[in-house]
Amino acid sequence: MIPIQPPAASSIADGVDKLYYFLTGITLFFTVLIFSIIFYFMVKYHRQSEDERAPETHTSLLLELSWTIIPSLICVVIFVWASDLYVRNARPPAASTEIFVIGKQWMWHIQHPEGPREIDELHVPVGVPVKLTMTSQDVIHDFYIPAFRVKKDVLPGRYTSLWFQPTETGTFHLFCAQFCGTSHSQMIGWVYVMSPDDYTAWLAGGEASESMAQQGERLFNHYTCGYCHVADGTGRAPSLVGIYGKPEKLASGEMRVVDEALIRQALMFPNSVPLSGFAPIMPTFQGQFTEEQILQLIAYVKSLGSEERTNGK
Amino acid sequence: MSTALADIHEVPAESRVNYLNAAYGIKSWLLTVDHKRIGLLYLASITLMFFVGGTAAVLMRMNLIEPQGALLEPETYNKMFSTHGIIMVFFFLVPSIPATLGNFLIPIMIGARDVAFPKLNLMSWYLFITGSTFALYAVLTGGVDTGWTFYTPYSSTYAHTNVIAAALGVFIAGFSSILTGLNFVVTIHKMRAPGMTWFRLPLFIWAMYATSVIFVLGTPVIAVTLLLLGVERLLHVGIFDPAIGGDPLLFQHLFWFYSHPAVYIMILPGMGVISELITAFTRKKIFGYTFVAFSSMGIAVISFVVWGHHMFVTGQSVYAGLVFSVLSFLVAIPSAIKVFNWTATLYRGSISYQAPMLYALGFMGLFTMGGLTGLFLASLAVDVHLNGTYFIVAHFHYIMVGGAVMAYLGGIHYWWPKITGRLYPDLWARFAALVIFVGFNLTFFPQFMLGYLGMPRRYAIYPAEFQVLNVMSSAGASILGVGYLIPLVYLIWSVRYGPPAGPNPWGAKGLEWETPSPPPTENFEVPPVVTEDAYNYPTREVARG
Amino acid sequence: MADTVAHAHSAHPPGFAHQFEDIEQQREASTLGMWVFLVTEILFFGGMFASYTIYRSLHLPAFETGSRLLEVKFGAINTAVLICSSLTMVLAIRAAQVGKGKAQIAFYLILTMILGATFLGLKLRFEWYHDYIEHIVPGFGFEYRPEWGSLAPQVQMFMCFYFFMTGLHALHMVAGIGVLSVLTIMAARNRFSAEYYAPLDISGLYWHFVDIVWIFLFPLLYLIGGRYAIGGGH
Repeated sequence: MIPIQPPAASSIADGVDKLYYFLTGITLFFTVLIFSIIFYFMVKYHRQSEDERAPETHTSLLLELSWTIIPSLICVVIFVWASDLYVRNARPPAASTEIFVIGKQWMWHIQHPEGPREIDELHVPVGVPVKLTMTSQDVIHDFYIPAFRVKKDVLPGRYTSLWFQPTETGTFHLFCAQFCGTSHSQMIGWVYVMSPDDYTAWLAGGEASESMAQQGERLFNHYTCGYCHVADGTGRAPSLVGIYGKPEKLASGEMRVVDEALIRQALMFPNSVPLSGFAPIMPTFQGQFTEEQILQLIAYVKSLGSEERTNGK
Repeated sequence: MSTALADIHEVPAESRVNYLNAAYGIKSWLLTVDHKRIGLLYLASITLMFFVGGTAAVLMRMNLIEPQGALLEPETYNKMFSTHGIIMVFFFLVPSIPATLGNFLIPIMIGARDVAFPKLNLMSWYLFITGSTFALYAVLTGGVDTGWTFYTPYSSTYAHTNVIAAALGVFIAGFSSILTGLNFVVTIHKMRAPGMTWFRLPLFIWAMYATSVIFVLGTPVIAVTLLLLGVERLLHVGIFDPAIGGDPLLFQHLFWFYSHPAVYIMILPGMGVISELITAFTRKKIFGYTFVAFSSMGIAVISFVVWGHHMFVTGQSVYAGLVFSVLSFLVAIPSAIKVFNWTATLYRGSISYQAPMLYALGFMGLFTMGGLTGLFLASLAVDVHLNGTYFIVAHFHYIMVGGAVMAYLGGIHYWWPKITGRLYPDLWARFAALVIFVGFNLTFFPQFMLGYLGMPRRYAIYPAEFQVLNVMSSAGASILGVGYLIPLVYLIWSVRYGPPAGPNPWGAKGLEWETPSPPPTENFEVPPVVTEDAYNYPTREVARG
Repeated sequence: MADTVAHAHSAHPPGFAHQFEDIEQQREASTLGMWVFLVTEILFFGGMFASYTIYRSLHLPAFETGSRLLEVKFGAINTAVLICSSLTMVLAIRAAQVGKGKAQIAFYLILTMILGATFLGLKLRFEWYHDYIEHIVPGFGFEYRPEWGSLAPQVQMFMCFYFFMTGLHALHMVAGIGVLSVLTIMAARNRFSAEYYAPLDISGLYWHFVDIVWIFLFPLLYLIGGRYAIGGGH
């Protein structure tokens, strides 16, 4: 038997499937309706003789309005249903497990904050929301897990994210869904959904590795970022303690939340986001860090706490 | 309508001067300014391009019989799908009905001698040929593998193929479109015969007018976008390179700002043809003329504000998604209005089933399905799952092939007697229409299923579990291919051996049927004066009650 | 029927194209055609203006820095030159309209061409060539300057837009001068009169359009650097 849907393995999959089947029903209904009417009329009104004439065509405003308004109402129903699902699925739950993805021609680098790395494989625990923060090292890719009904483009120079909550253990396809060059169709892999215990064991197993935050701290020290970004706020640059997730005022007056995107922008184009009260003297680190290292630095900044800062400017 | 109809005897075409025999020799064709000859020049060129693009498709589908690729290396496969898309979109579908049937028919249908700017018309064809030459050069000397969408930064920085040659070909062909659209807008505004008011125009003219508005407004944007891409690729200045502050998504916005209206360029003329075919083969006035006419204009206008639905998964804001989604639903409504009006026209009509009508009826069903699958894609939550998969491929092929190509073939068959003065064998034509219908559905219906199962598009190699549906699709493609070859044979045959057609072999209404087949160079021996509405077929009394 | 054709033929002035019913229809169609063409040009330049606007809002400091690299003096002179050329174009049309004779028509057309050529000459010699030897032409030896700091790549992007937009504008000027030279030859051959000067009219539309594009380009490219800000620039 040919399957008609992939496994429904995430918390949103059933919702998406229901809407899909409703749409399929509407499509089949109207297609069959039109074809049937055509067929019926073809038979009933088949021309009998060459000089046969049709009766006069009357316009009917009632009909025109009906077949304008009824399809419009159907469209409204579909739009509201689909948008509601979409908006609800757009924001990841607060307590999501975060995992980082870097796409490059032609493989997926996956980085768990605790340290383990994978290539073309993603291990996740079942029943727990997982948020993926993703970027590309080169061209536009797209991270697609059909079984979870999630997909998001992966872009160079910025972060995109998606989230899912797996509802059953198993092994599911991972595809790149945006053409990215020669081996686009080989940029595929597997998602392994495990029970929470198995997942913890998997994280701990394998070679011991530093967490992303620890690797970030090493980079931070190696590049002497602390020379300006003094922790107690007495340096030339803002203290980074507790800065992650807080809204900060830029020199331009604009308020921005300190998130992954802002930190990356500060590293790459520092003069575009000086914080209010600080001179724009940070050098650019364009070309100095890989995407992985940037994510590690971000993880380190995150680890410096997001409680209220107790000192500094 | 007063014409010299009474003076036209059933004289064989050869013994009367018409646009085909008015002058002989290659110069009389290559330097013609007769819109009818220019239409035929386009017919030859786009038929060639259709078979080039079709060959690429055949190679693709043959490759996809096996999960690991039966025929081509992935790199070659990537070049094949790119070639197929670029050639079919820019060098076949966009010009197809407008440049062949539009050029031939618009002046005749409005009672004019020619288009407003005949020399510009010829220049349009030469631009098309120049663009096609660059595109074919790109294809034959190494190929291009960016897809017809040329997304950056792959196309601007990473691709090692003939991107610039291909983009240049599209750029030049774009000017062909722009000038054709300009010509049609001015012709329809200024050169209608006395009595031919806007609301007496055939619906084909309304559809072509709406299409020409899109040509004029949309095509320049892709021209400048491809120019920016070329500059980026040549000078490496980074307009779309994020490493130096460029935005790869800006390319997508600029590209789709044209390319979404472009898909309406590809379907609106087909809808115009269908209006003509339905009325001719039911011998009835169309139901809801004003609604059908305005729906064409409505589609043209709304088409410019929905481009973001191609970018729902690019990380676009939720608000942008909602706006583009609701507008995308809105653009579906005028198309639905047309389908219902065509169906209502069939009611109590006097229906005959010659090949053009079969194509028209096939269009109505397949376009309905293709259009409704568009609603899946306008639905944000579902598009997240379906974007970038075979569902999209199936959706647009239902509209482009099940819709536009079938309308094109229906129109070619319908007006063939007028264009050539010959009748083609209708039995063969009906057979071919049936083969095409069956082959088409077998090719593309499985692709909807593949899409929902998760098979991404543009994959040279795929997981084995998708093989059955792929083999079905490839089997359908081989039937479809045969179906397209059949008309090539009998249509060419008919030019020499087909029985002569009179001025009105279908008994249809329209100025084009009131002049000889083939028409004289100046279209009408006596310029017509219009005194009645379009499709003013004689009616019979209907018993009350 | 042959009578009607002969009668119509003798009544039509030179330059009449036979796809039209009468000269009036031809004039209307040609004018509409030129307006439609200008709409396509608006969309063409519009794509560029849109991209420029987006990048300017994303990289304002860099764009301001880039703007200060440009020669405002020559940009301003060129603006005046173009406005004058639109005036001379109108005078040429007026000369035809009131039947002034081929000498005056040709004179104003030639003057318009000279002004157009002046525009191009000034631009090439004092702006583009100067930029080239200063190494600020992207793709042709562009060199980052230390005072730009980390803004350098976007300054290059600004210069890219500068050359792209003014380059495309210059190409349109060249095409315009070509059209004007054809018109001058036609004028010299006495083709224009008070009854028939539509080609001048229509070409005038095009020329004015090219002028108007420059009126938008000049402030957007040359004047955003804050040189003339009240209270002193940077």
